[in-house]
Amino acid sequence: MALLLLLILPLVGAALLGAGGAHRRAPEVNAAFSLATLLAACGLAVRVIRHGDLLLGREQFFIDPFNVFLVTLTAFVGLTTALFSRPYMRIELDHGRLTPGKLRLYHSMYQLFMFTMLLALTTNNMGLMWVAMEGATLSTVLLVTLYRTPASLEAGWKYFILCGVGIAQALFGTVLLYVAAEKVLGSQGVTALLWTHLDAVKSQLEPTVLALAFVFLLVGYGTKVGLVPLHSWLPDAHAEGPTPISAVLSGLLLNVALYTVVRSKVLVEGSVHSQLPSRLLMGFGLVSVVVAALLLWRQRDIKRLFAYSSIEHMGIATFAFGMGGPIANFAALLHMTVHSLTKSSIFFTAGHAAQNAGTQAMDRIRGLITLSPTVGWGLMLGSLAILGVPPFGVFTSEFLILTTAMRAQPWATPILLAALAVAFAAIFSKVQPMVFGETTGRPLPHAPALLPVFAHLAIVLLLGLYIPHYLADWYRAAAHLIGG
Amino acid sequence: MTHLPLYQQLLDSCAALLLLLSFAMLSQRRVVALVNLYAVQGAVLAATTLLLAWRTGEDHLYVSAALTLALKVMLLPWLLHRLIRRLQVHRDTEPLLNVSGIMLVGLVIVVFAFSLAQPITRLASTATRSAIGIALAVVLLAFLMMITRRKAVSQVMGFLSMENGVLFGAMSASYGMPMIVELGIALDVLVAVLVLGVFFFQIRERFDSLDLHHLESLKEHQ
Repeated sequence: MALLLLLILPLVGAALLGAGGAHRRAPEVNAAFSLATLLAACGLAVRVIRHGDLLLGREQFFIDPFNVFLVTLTAFVGLTTALFSRPYMRIELDHGRLTPGKLRLYHSMYQLFMFTMLLALTTNNMGLMWVAMEGATLSTVLLVTLYRTPASLEAGWKYFILCGVGIAQALFGTVLLYVAAEKVLGSQGVTALLWTHLDAVKSQLEPTVLALAFVFLLVGYGTKVGLVPLHSWLPDAHAEGPTPISAVLSGLLLNVALYTVVRSKVLVEGSVHSQLPSRLLMGFGLVSVVVAALLLWRQRDIKRLFAYSSIEHMGIATFAFGMGGPIANFAALLHMTVHSLTKSSIFFTAGHAAQNAGTQAMDRIRGLITLSPTVGWGLMLGSLAILGVPPFGVFTSEFLILTTAMRAQPWATPILLAALAVAFAAIFSKVQPMVFGETTGRPLPHAPALLPVFAHLAIVLLLGLYIPHYLADWYRAAAHLIGG
Repeated sequence: MTHLPLYQQLLDSCAALLLLLSFAMLSQRRVVALVNLYAVQGAVLAATTLLLAWRTGEDHLYVSAALTLALKVMLLPWLLHRLIRRLQVHRDTEPLLNVSGIMLVGLVIVVFAFSLAQPITRLASTATRSAIGIALAVVLLAFLMMITRRKAVSQVMGFLSMENGVLFGAMSASYGMPMIVELGIALDVLVAVLVLGVFFFQIRERFDSLDLHHLESLKEHQ
């Protein structure tokens, strides 16, 4: 029931907002649907905590601690972003960058995007997962191009083509998986793509085919995670789309894509009995961290800067999943959570900072703290949190990952540390003058909704200081499922 | 010389035809002709499915063949032709540099695809052993086409042909995917073409052309 609501609500919301979304109250309706979705997600989480894993809808849906935690996170950030976008999009409307018609498209596609992500997370069918991931791209392409500027059209085109090609590779990987599974599970084809069935027989699957399938799946879904060298769509799409979309792309879509990679890795690792999947993940992760940290220095656009930071953090989480084992998986899940919360809050403040200054160019954003103390402090605290300053949660997860790396993969530790230091210097040196210094901007016509920013940061702070027992158990259960 | 059963020969011919069509697309300069080639590719795919359906007697393959026929031979080419007329790019040709060079690279790709497909081919007990190599080759050739083209419509044709290759692989290696997945994929492809249609008009409105060299300003040093 909760699952049905979880999936139906965003769909109904998308239809309703698409039909009558030019209405003055559309932003509130959007937020209301997001709130209802969050309640459904919480209901689902409670059921999983009480009764354990769920198999629903003729086994087409499978809920375990790993995905229910991402479902809740997705629904939560979905709600806060909807709240944030209410005044933000009104300001964009006032500035003449948007029309009511475009706003209608935005609201409708926002709900549809939520639906595709929730479907990708909850489905048990590797094929449906692919369909949902492709749907997530399609529902956001027209949002990236919402402003219709030359740069945004280019970003949208790049996003569509690169992710489209990537996802086609993932489809080939899925086909290969199916070919291998069919030999074991029988050719009727009903169960051969269901993750739970595949998981049960994974040790009997043909290793060479699965290794090849994993390469295709990793390249395919890895494009969406933004792993270097498949990342080039990511900064453009984040910088040129409207800010709420940057926040959900960075905070949610990347997580969902990483989730699909990890699900594939669990299957393949059980079959190939070699280090190949782990090594690939560690390699891609480490390269992403290093390259993104170096590229941070060259950024001049505030949203591009934090887009590269997302690549870096996804690299860290990918690396941790590659190492495997209970602690690294635990840390990676924690890292996904805190990164998602912190990065979306940063995009919220960065969006308002750009509105204040009338530009996204960082050298023209100055003195946020005098103009709007909440935006200034929000950006400063968010940046400190994402840079891994204690006592924020990012510090905890990065610390766990680094200490695990010291034991399991000592060669990688200095590289990671150096990259983190470079990223720290790059981001801090760019954020500091934006927050302090003389201001040139103008105040905003609508008061920004910054409650989401501080709510996110408070949770991140809390996770850094103390992880509640039930939450820790939850993470541990999920980490155990991933194994490795 | 071993004697292959008739349906096996037919299947192999379909696979060969598909590969040939991929090369034809790779060297085709006219946008309209590309769409026609894509429709023929879809027809070959539908024929393959039908052949397998007749051979195995499985109902879902008949449905799948009908779906392919409706979507890839009729609906999508019709939509694309309409789009091309509305955008007034139906006379467009694309200057292709060094066609023979591209063809040679394509040949290397085919050899590479066959060697990559070796382990799967050994596993596949289904009728078409060579077909997986061909499917992989079609995917990679479509990829090559996307890299070498500068026009938006041609890149999309590459993308669609890539999807055909993947589905042909699924057909030949395991008699297609579960029905629900095939329906989902068909829906995604259809939506993708519709989204692209909207997107093309946006690009046109902004740049007065569908040439992608306008879309190369977002570089790192910006």
